[in-house]
Amino acid sequence: MMIEARGLVRTFKTKRGPVQAVQGVDLDVADGEIVGFLGPNGAGKTTTMRMLATLIKPTSGSATVAGCDLAKDPVGVRRGIGYVPQSGSTLPEAIAGDEVVDHARLYGVPKAKASADGQRLFEEFDLPGLWRRQCKTLSGGQRRRLDIVMGLIHDPKLIFLDEPTTGLDPQARANLWEHIRGLRDRGATIFLTTHYLDEADALCDRILVIDHGKIVASGTPENLKQQVSGDAVRLSLADNSQAPTVMKIVQELDGAVEVETDADVVGFRIQRGGSVLPGLLRSIDAQGIELHGVEVHRPTLDDVFLTMTGRSLRDEHTAAPIDEKEEAVA
Amino acid sequence: MTVLRETWIVFHRQMRLSLRNPMWSILMLSQPLLYLFLFGPLLKPLTAQISQGQATNAYQVFIPGLIVQLGMFGAMFVGFGLIAEYRAGVIEADRVTPASRMALMAGRVLRDVVVLVVQSILLLLAALPLGLRAPWGGVLLSLVIVALLGATFASLSYSVALITKSEDALAPLLNGIAMPLLLLSGILLPMQIGPTWLQRLSDISPLKHVVNGVRALFRGDISSSASMWGLFWVVLLTVIGLTVGARTFRKESA
Repeated sequence: MMIEARGLVRTFKTKRGPVQAVQGVDLDVADGEIVGFLGPNGAGKTTTMRMLATLIKPTSGSATVAGCDLAKDPVGVRRGIGYVPQSGSTLPEAIAGDEVVDHARLYGVPKAKASADGQRLFEEFDLPGLWRRQCKTLSGGQRRRLDIVMGLIHDPKLIFLDEPTTGLDPQARANLWEHIRGLRDRGATIFLTTHYLDEADALCDRILVIDHGKIVASGTPENLKQQVSGDAVRLSLADNSQAPTVMKIVQELDGAVEVETDADVVGFRIQRGGSVLPGLLRSIDAQGIELHGVEVHRPTLDDVFLTMTGRSLRDEHTAAPIDEKEEAVA
Repeated sequence: MTVLRETWIVFHRQMRLSLRNPMWSILMLSQPLLYLFLFGPLLKPLTAQISQGQATNAYQVFIPGLIVQLGMFGAMFVGFGLIAEYRAGVIEADRVTPASRMALMAGRVLRDVVVLVVQSILLLLAALPLGLRAPWGGVLLSLVIVALLGATFASLSYSVALITKSEDALAPLLNGIAMPLLLLSGILLPMQIGPTWLQRLSDISPLKHVVNGVRALFRGDISSSASMWGLFWVVLLTVIGLTVGARTFRKESA
């Protein structure tokens, strides 16, 4: 296990009294996994990650991270992890290469090796020719990749990415996803936070859904979506009057729920809609009924979140019990 | 040993950043000279009063006050640079490395101390043609005092910066501390020309004793009680400043 956390709790003092930002989180991350922490702003994602990265102390609970005990050997944990914070990690006025080398040297990497490794990572992360450039002259996507290079420079076995693509344009996001997938090929374990469903879906082997400081669901993206309500299937009929017959065929399907009809459309939900469809179409065809079209919609992680918490993930403002930035003043 | 190595890495980074900024270098070099030429002439007529007739040379009185002021004000506002680093995520990136928290502070303080000592030496050199004469031993010891004073105020400034994390909070706070310290130190005007209650008040300020100590050192009275008290206070301040600074850097979420 790369991360094994039990009962992590973190309470912050705020002007309105103590707030429990993380309320007893248990989590396990295996070697080589990409695990995503999904939840709205203020759900406790960053707080949990900062605890695991030794930046804040848990109020209670314990964890082993990268083979070292969080409370007893934080320095050992630091040696084994790379942390890419949301806020960036380089000074705008500094030279990119200098920041990378100095950062590596704080890990005890010799100067020459740090410089060679850094320049190789610059090539790998699409930052050619930017080694001697001031950080502020880099684009948003380049700056983010520079942050990742900073986090990777000592070759950690576990990498924390806090909201890696927040604020990037779609092209830069897609590009960064490629790079994050590439990290796994280096043999690294990745733990990332995101409030983007598509990001968790596209990158993660496993997802932990967190809300109000508690993990409310976990599993593979597929798995989580199946737990919900199944796929939505819509059949468009050529002839309205045949809707009752089609309804009847659908109702006989094992596991079909929410069977509804509206004029020439029959809709329902079913697990693994794609695999029941061929048989269903044959039955409909056998009755001599003509279809205009068939649609299957996979459930999104937003559906998952809605089912687990009763709220939509996009509904960020009502979802934030504590501004995660408040931990700065705690 | 590791702590020293890490301190050096942090120091080196800070020094490089400072030197890369041409505006900073010009300001750093010109500040002491501005003090000397724009402020010195104002104090010259007061020499006899400030030193109570002990000084043989106007600049023996004036330069000690200036370098103490430099040590204090030069270091007091370094916290602003730290807030900029915090905003950029640099402090967080530093804190996630295995480097000693002490080194993260010490490297930054060391940069500030080196800058102050260089400024002080420039000030002393510029004052030579104006007639400054002082014994070597006293001057060297005074530079040590300036270095310690700088380390104290830099550590405290970094602590306050890390706790407040906001320029808006830091500026009035530092000014609020700097003003009374300066007024009561006897650097600008001699406390002796003030009423007794003001003199008593200034006796409380450790800085006044430091200034008196440096003045005694510049006169060559190295073993005088004034210079001993000056040294005592500056060492005590340094211990307090560095302890507070190190604790703040070590504290979680700082």
